[in-house]
Amino acid sequence: MSLKRKDLISIAPLSSDEIMFILETADSFKEVTGREIKKVPALRGKTVVNFFFEPSTRTRTSFELAAKRLSADVINFSPSSSSVVKGETLLDTARNIEAMQADIIVLRHQAAGAAETLARGVKSSVINAGDGWHEHPTQALLDLFTIREKGLAFKGLRVAIVGDIAHSRVARSNIYALTKLGAEVLAVGPPTMMPASLEKLGAQVHYNLDKALQGVDVIMMLRLQLERQGRALFPTIREYSNLYGLTAERLRLAAPGALVMHPGPINRGVEIAPDVADSFSSVILDQVSNGVAVRMGILYLLSGANQ
Amino acid sequence: MTILIQGGHVIDPGRLNDRADVLIENGKIAAVGKNLVAYARGGASSATVIDATGKLVLPGFIDLHVHLREPGFEYKETIQTGTASAAAGGFTSVCCMPNTNPVNDNQSVTEFILDQARAAGNAHVFPVGAITKGSEGKELAEIGDLRRAGCVAISDDGQPVMNSLVMRRAMEYALAFDLPVIDHCEDLHLSEGGCMNEGLVSTQLGLQGIPSAAEDVMVARNLSLAELTGARLHLAHVSTAGSVRMVREAKARGVRVTAEACPHHFSLTEESVRGFNTLAKMNPPLRTWQDVQAIKDGLRDGTIDVIATDHAPHAAQEKQLEFAQAPNGIVGLETALPLTLALVEEGVLSLEAAVAKLTSEPAKAFSLPKGSLAPGADADLVVVDAQASWEVDPARFRSKSKNTPFAGWKVKGRVTATIVAGRVVYEV
Repeated sequence: MSLKRKDLISIAPLSSDEIMFILETADSFKEVTGREIKKVPALRGKTVVNFFFEPSTRTRTSFELAAKRLSADVINFSPSSSSVVKGETLLDTARNIEAMQADIIVLRHQAAGAAETLARGVKSSVINAGDGWHEHPTQALLDLFTIREKGLAFKGLRVAIVGDIAHSRVARSNIYALTKLGAEVLAVGPPTMMPASLEKLGAQVHYNLDKALQGVDVIMMLRLQLERQGRALFPTIREYSNLYGLTAERLRLAAPGALVMHPGPINRGVEIAPDVADSFSSVILDQVSNGVAVRMGILYLLSGANQ
Repeated sequence: MTILIQGGHVIDPGRLNDRADVLIENGKIAAVGKNLVAYARGGASSATVIDATGKLVLPGFIDLHVHLREPGFEYKETIQTGTASAAAGGFTSVCCMPNTNPVNDNQSVTEFILDQARAAGNAHVFPVGAITKGSEGKELAEIGDLRRAGCVAISDDGQPVMNSLVMRRAMEYALAFDLPVIDHCEDLHLSEGGCMNEGLVSTQLGLQGIPSAAEDVMVARNLSLAELTGARLHLAHVSTAGSVRMVREAKARGVRVTAEACPHHFSLTEESVRGFNTLAKMNPPLRTWQDVQAIKDGLRDGTIDVIATDHAPHAAQEKQLEFAQAPNGIVGLETALPLTLALVEEGVLSLEAAVAKLTSEPAKAFSLPKGSLAPGADADLVVVDAQASWEVDPARFRSKSKNTPFAGWKVKGRVTATIVAGRVVYEV
């Protein structure tokens, strides 16, 4: 099998077979990242451009490391939003990158649709590293990889995603990915943070965290964007934390051995209590390690090196 | 100069719907009737004869809602190119919105627009003046001066008057001049940051939605104020089922309100936005199938009086921006006719009712001396081949801008000649 796609923009159009194929490809790279010499020549001579319009340390570093471990040449290009000439169109951006003869462009952008628009305009492969509130497909794939690595099966798995669903690309990508693989997804948060018609994406909507957590196998906490206070989405961080923060006590409502996940960076004491973040249940740092292996797999598949 | 339009099917809404000739002399309608060739001054040999056999002969269309972009945004459109686009679409009169730079909030801007329109000579231009100075929603513009200079209505289009007291005063003040007050109904708090309809599609695309309620609450407010003041209220580009319902109810109670709908709001839904298609980005946004049905019902039962385009030219590079950053609006003058005729094909409107919504109804809404083929009226006409099929090719538009979501659509109904004040300004 191969991934017959030029780009990875979103999870929505992927089949469950494609998702499983990416995870299986990532397995072999996970083995590479455990070696003493963590490098393979799979992408030697290929150029990967990390194009990050939004500040990001974790995702950019993860992609950079993944590309370097595959022996690709990596260019990081992080124009701060303010330094990008206002009004420069994505097409112009695309032409610039094209002129650098990039084989793969990794794009992080604050505007939903940026990756899709870019992919239409360039011959290079485009990987969406997060576009607005739309999708963050590699995050969902590394989350799935982590769940699977911990021995959980997707079919019938109960996963609670907790927090600001409306403004989360991570939530959207995970809802698509998990439901495609047969998991049950519970979206939990205040009604002000639920996007319209969320049920039609296949998630159940819950406003009460204690009720929703009963017997779940995985709890994915989303980062609370603190700057959203004052936008009438929630009254205070204190109340948000009381109602939707994950504490050790609440964790006990979940199934025995339930996993606690978080895409990071975490707000300790806001959406997740410090002792929970550091607990045995937490796989937050596994997510980070697996991110490199999963991104190696995706870079490898999109480069066509497996064909 | 004598023009004889021979053998066409004349529809002059409420007056005539039959095969007839139209005789034009000195820029006016001289006669409408059978076998007028004998009456043409000097006989048919000296008259320009247009053979309209198998075609429709209609009063020139009137668009109550266009953006001609001049002064200030001439890279998008000028009064010359915008009115050329109007002529190509069969529109002989257009009402241009005041959101130019400078804003049309004083008589010198109004006079400039009228001068440019006269120089272009493609169509009659009726300027719409601002409600408030700079369309800032604070102090009333000099509405009396605007009226005297030639404005036919007032609007802060695109910058809805959020302060209800200011809106009340504007409605009261406009009564002195019997001027219609137009509102683009949008609660700017509810719509803040939004760039498409709020619903499943916005959720899937991760774009911030604009709920129907952002329009509905302002329609409700405006209807209340119109009732309070007795003013003439005209609602621009109605896009929601809720608006249609409230206007229907208000009309039944005798509130002086007229409403317009745009072809894109009865031809497309929010589904068109998929793929982050900026050509489907407009304000109010494309809504749902249910809203489209409600608008069709409103057109059918007369709740919605007028079809207007909200012709909104934007340069190609602007529509290439990210979806959230791209400007709102599409060009509409050159696609309005076939999209309206599609409603006739679908059985939503009779042919005569469709023509009325492009001619006599808009004339009535703004008290324009247009939209009729009565003897003595200005000879503004359009000849239409209702059966002609064609494919929308933006490259062929007369408009300076090409931003349309209808490119490649196979449509039916084409303008073959447009006559403004007895002069043929467009012919194929």
